[in-house]
Amino acid sequence: MKAPVYFDYAATTPVDPRVAQKMSECLMTEGNFGNPASRSHKFGWEAEEAVELARKQVADLLNCDPREIVWTSGATESDNLAIKGIAQFYKGKGKHLITSKIEHKAVLDTCRHLERDGYEVTYLEPGEDGLITPQQVADAIREDTTLVSVMHVNNEIGVINDIAGIGEVCRAAKVFYHVDAAQSAGKIPVDLEALKVDLMSLSAHKMYGPKGVGVLYVRRKPRVRLEAQMHGGGHERGMRSGTLATHQLVGMGECCRIAQLEMATEAARTLALRERLRQGFDDMEEVYVNGDLNAHVPGIINISFNYVEGESLIMSLPEIALSSGSACTSASLEPSYVLRALGMNDELAHSSLRFSVGRFTTEEDVDGAIEQVRHAVEKLRELSPLWDMYKDGVDLDSIEWAAH
Amino acid sequence: MAYSDQVMDHYQNPRNVGKFDDQDDQIGTGMVGAPACGDVMRLQIKVNDEGIIEDAKFKTYGCGSAIASSSLLTEWVKGRTLDDAAQIKNTEIAEELALPPVKIHCSVLAEDAIKAAVEDYRKKLAAQV
Repeated sequence: MKAPVYFDYAATTPVDPRVAQKMSECLMTEGNFGNPASRSHKFGWEAEEAVELARKQVADLLNCDPREIVWTSGATESDNLAIKGIAQFYKGKGKHLITSKIEHKAVLDTCRHLERDGYEVTYLEPGEDGLITPQQVADAIREDTTLVSVMHVNNEIGVINDIAGIGEVCRAAKVFYHVDAAQSAGKIPVDLEALKVDLMSLSAHKMYGPKGVGVLYVRRKPRVRLEAQMHGGGHERGMRSGTLATHQLVGMGECCRIAQLEMATEAARTLALRERLRQGFDDMEEVYVNGDLNAHVPGIINISFNYVEGESLIMSLPEIALSSGSACTSASLEPSYVLRALGMNDELAHSSLRFSVGRFTTEEDVDGAIEQVRHAVEKLRELSPLWDMYKDGVDLDSIEWAAH
Repeated sequence: MAYSDQVMDHYQNPRNVGKFDDQDDQIGTGMVGAPACGDVMRLQIKVNDEGIIEDAKFKTYGCGSAIASSSLLTEWVKGRTLDDAAQIKNTEIAEELALPPVKIHCSVLAEDAIKAAVEDYRKKLAAQV
């Protein structure tokens, strides 16, 4: 069987060959394999130099100081370090945090953990457009609030929050602002010189770098202090101990360099592909795009095909690799918490697919996907009693369903 | 998640897809599940004067296992008496399709569907007398 075409770039991306090349130069005897923390010989110095270059490449992408970059194992660790680190360090000031209902689980589960430790968390509800407004944040801030964590781009629907506006609100209230930027960094401009963001999480594997490496941006002015979560040799100015993985960091640096260099052309190309895909379903009945398309990253689109259940739809698309907005495939039978938080009814949430395109997607890939999805939806609607009822003009809300 | 060959077979070639006129006295209709839960099955049986199910049709909104469970059920009920059909157990369906634990509810729904269809037919019959 030929490999399916990849439409899941929001889950992870393949490593760019240019990145893999740089990484492979940091592994073997003849390469740059030294421990960056070794101060007594050339191997260590050269490794340190490579790590510092990579740090600068990340900092350049975000327009910040390299000294504000802390290496981690990925965005999940960065989210944990930012949220627990701030909450614990500033617990004398208060134990209240603010986040949104549609954050990544790395943020939500960290907040849940803190709740068990006696912290209080406010979970903001997005509007139907999927966005959290600065006003909502302003209204939720209290005397004892220490941190706001609201993501830049949502991973399921691709909408872009106004992090500039939320940052202003937080700075004025003297509350730290953390942003999970795993889905936005490298895809759309992020300027930390201009933004009033205090902490930002990034992951390399969402932007054609390797898995297992990310960064936490920690602002120097005004200074942000953290309680470390990983203790050891005091690496990364004491914020995150552990020997630096030279090849991983070099990979992340290189993928940031490429992202910065090619962002404008890549964003335009990706947007064109996404629009081609969306328009491919334009003339179909009962197809809905989720989230505000006016505030959207280029690569992600979430579409509901009403009266068709998402898991069976994916099952009839063996030649396309994508994910269901509904989490059925991950063995939980609940529809997506993100789509539900938008106020969408459960049937539509059960009927959604997330397509994400990227650097190696072609027009032919998109055209093939459109054809296959259309065919599968038609076939499943033929099988669907709900589609029958819709066609017969029956109002599904008028029926008393026996929930099970 | 990998699907069993039996599920894939019924999913790719569903048997007896369709709809009978639910006003017809010979037809019993069972619709179970809810859109909000991600599964709705509509199972219909056509019963002859001897009380034997001579035909069955279904339509299902749901995952592959739900579609396969209802497709299998339409094959199984044909030729059975009403009592016999109402005794089909979800465990038999789950076993035949090799459903994983997380999909057992699909077979339960199928059992509910045949019971509801038989009941609907019997109600119609009683109303005629």
